[in-house]
Amino acid sequence: MEAAKNEKDVYILAIESSCDETAAAVVKNGREVLSNAISSQIALHTLYGGVVPEIASRKHIEKINQVIEEALQTAGMTLQEMDAIGVTYGPGLVGALLVGVAEAKAIAYAAGLPLVGVHHIEGHVSANYIEDRTWEPPFLCLIVSGGHTHLVLVKEYGSYEIIGRTHDDAAGESFDKVARAIGLGYPGGPKIDKLAKEGNKHAIAFPRAHIEGAPYDFSFSGVKSAVLNYVNSCEMKQEEINRADVAASFQEAVVDVLVSRTVAAAKEYGMKRVAMAGGVAANSALRAAMKEACEKAGLSLMYPSPIYCTDNAAMIGAAAYYEYKKGVRHGLDLNAVPNLMIGQR
Amino acid sequence: METNMKILAIDSSGLVASAAILTEENLIAEYTVNYKKTHSQTLLPMIDEIVRMAEVDLKEIDAIALAEGPGSFTGLRIGSSTAKGLGLALGKPIIGVSTLKALAYNLFGTDSLICPMMDARRGQVYTGLYSFEEGKMVTLIDQTVISAEQMIETACRFEKPVIYLGDGVPVYRGLLEEKTTVPYTFAPAHVSKQRAGAVGALAFEYYKQGKVQTAAEHAPVYLRLSQAERELMEKQAAQPQAAEGAKN
Repeated sequence: MEAAKNEKDVYILAIESSCDETAAAVVKNGREVLSNAISSQIALHTLYGGVVPEIASRKHIEKINQVIEEALQTAGMTLQEMDAIGVTYGPGLVGALLVGVAEAKAIAYAAGLPLVGVHHIEGHVSANYIEDRTWEPPFLCLIVSGGHTHLVLVKEYGSYEIIGRTHDDAAGESFDKVARAIGLGYPGGPKIDKLAKEGNKHAIAFPRAHIEGAPYDFSFSGVKSAVLNYVNSCEMKQEEINRADVAASFQEAVVDVLVSRTVAAAKEYGMKRVAMAGGVAANSALRAAMKEACEKAGLSLMYPSPIYCTDNAAMIGAAAYYEYKKGVRHGLDLNAVPNLMIGQR
Repeated sequence: METNMKILAIDSSGLVASAAILTEENLIAEYTVNYKKTHSQTLLPMIDEIVRMAEVDLKEIDAIALAEGPGSFTGLRIGSSTAKGLGLALGKPIIGVSTLKALAYNLFGTDSLICPMMDARRGQVYTGLYSFEEGKMVTLIDQTVISAEQMIETACRFEKPVIYLGDGVPVYRGLLEEKTTVPYTFAPAHVSKQRAGAVGALAFEYYKQGKVQTAAEHAPVYLRLSQAERELMEKQAAQPQAAEGAKN
């Protein structure tokens, strides 16, 4: 009886509200996405050149029930058929996180379901489990988003060792800042990606930062400053800037560092398999360069479809499933933790 | 209205976290804490505590009453998303109640004017002016966000005794004492801050008037734009053409 129960399918309703996407999803057994509802606020924040935390929080409240109801409806399931509620409780914008956390706790409480708090970045890593249902730890994961740049050893489900991190800007943050400097606006990542296709990536030599004694760490403030200086000096000299060349050369500098460090770390730690996660993992130049480098080095590579690279709740459902299986449960006093560390429980 | 209708009431709009279960006749349970712990951690455990204490099955709850604002933006959202989550899971509606009206309702039946004041920072208070006439609460000045001094002047023009209450009182006590030209008192501790019991009691009135929202529809009433929106509007007011461009 007990064994039969353990083998039963597990359905998780997952909620994500850590930044500017209000999202909910129903995920079966951590791998199969039955629904993936997302209400994006990007158009709204574009007016301000970036995410405004108070506006993001207000929008989450306005949309969250509709998004959850849509996720259940699309999955063709009711709350009573769920086995647990998963929710992102950090890291992220505290006001934004609190909306999802309070909502998830109230639903779990009123529906009598267990609550599983999930680390947002561990969610991004878990997007790979959705992409390929046979993909399993151990693997090396490059996590690159607007708020994070990490090289992480995923030893087993829910077990992480950080071997590299950024010392200043996140990779995605540098895309946003450079995009603003060359007048592309927000969000910078997709806009630079698109424009770079028309430019020459070898046109301008922007620097690649190495950090003494920390071979797998990153620094992106140098390359960002170099781009800003280049733009300024062109303006001073009243020279026309080729924005496509700037975008392509900047992107190349970032991609080069990300790819070379990932491949070197895989060798050093004896990892045969490499994954990517986070919004910047949707960047076409990064995907192409990483693919080429991994093929050359005999590494197998996995990255999620673009929809699972940017913030979504399906990935939170995938991560919540493995936490749920391990017996992780959170109480009614779960709080948002804006600076939650990877692997912290 | 069913005679045994039950309401779960929540107020997390300020420093106080408060939850109550009540019928129209009875306040069955009320739990109010005015202690600096985050509402995110305390509110739902408090609700659970009174639900268990009063042996209420959550399915028996007919509606969720909520102090909808004004108040601390984050506090309002914790209360709101808690109520919305409960409403979604239980399939029950939300009755939004003005935080200021619920505060004033603490002083039901008084002959004096009631002036709740909540500290809104930046030199302002969330405030309004209310009175009771034949057992009904009347709004004399609708809820607004202005300086405490402006509100004192406005209240004194009615030339009637006034009772001040709310978490703005300790902040502006000196000013209130100095500037108030009519007889005034400060509400005593047990009725001077938010109480979910008052939110719930007013909610019964609203329910009869059909002022009910679905859990999906409900959103807090902030009375203030975010700082970014305010600055953008100021910028657009200075440059009318830019405003046109931003809209398109």
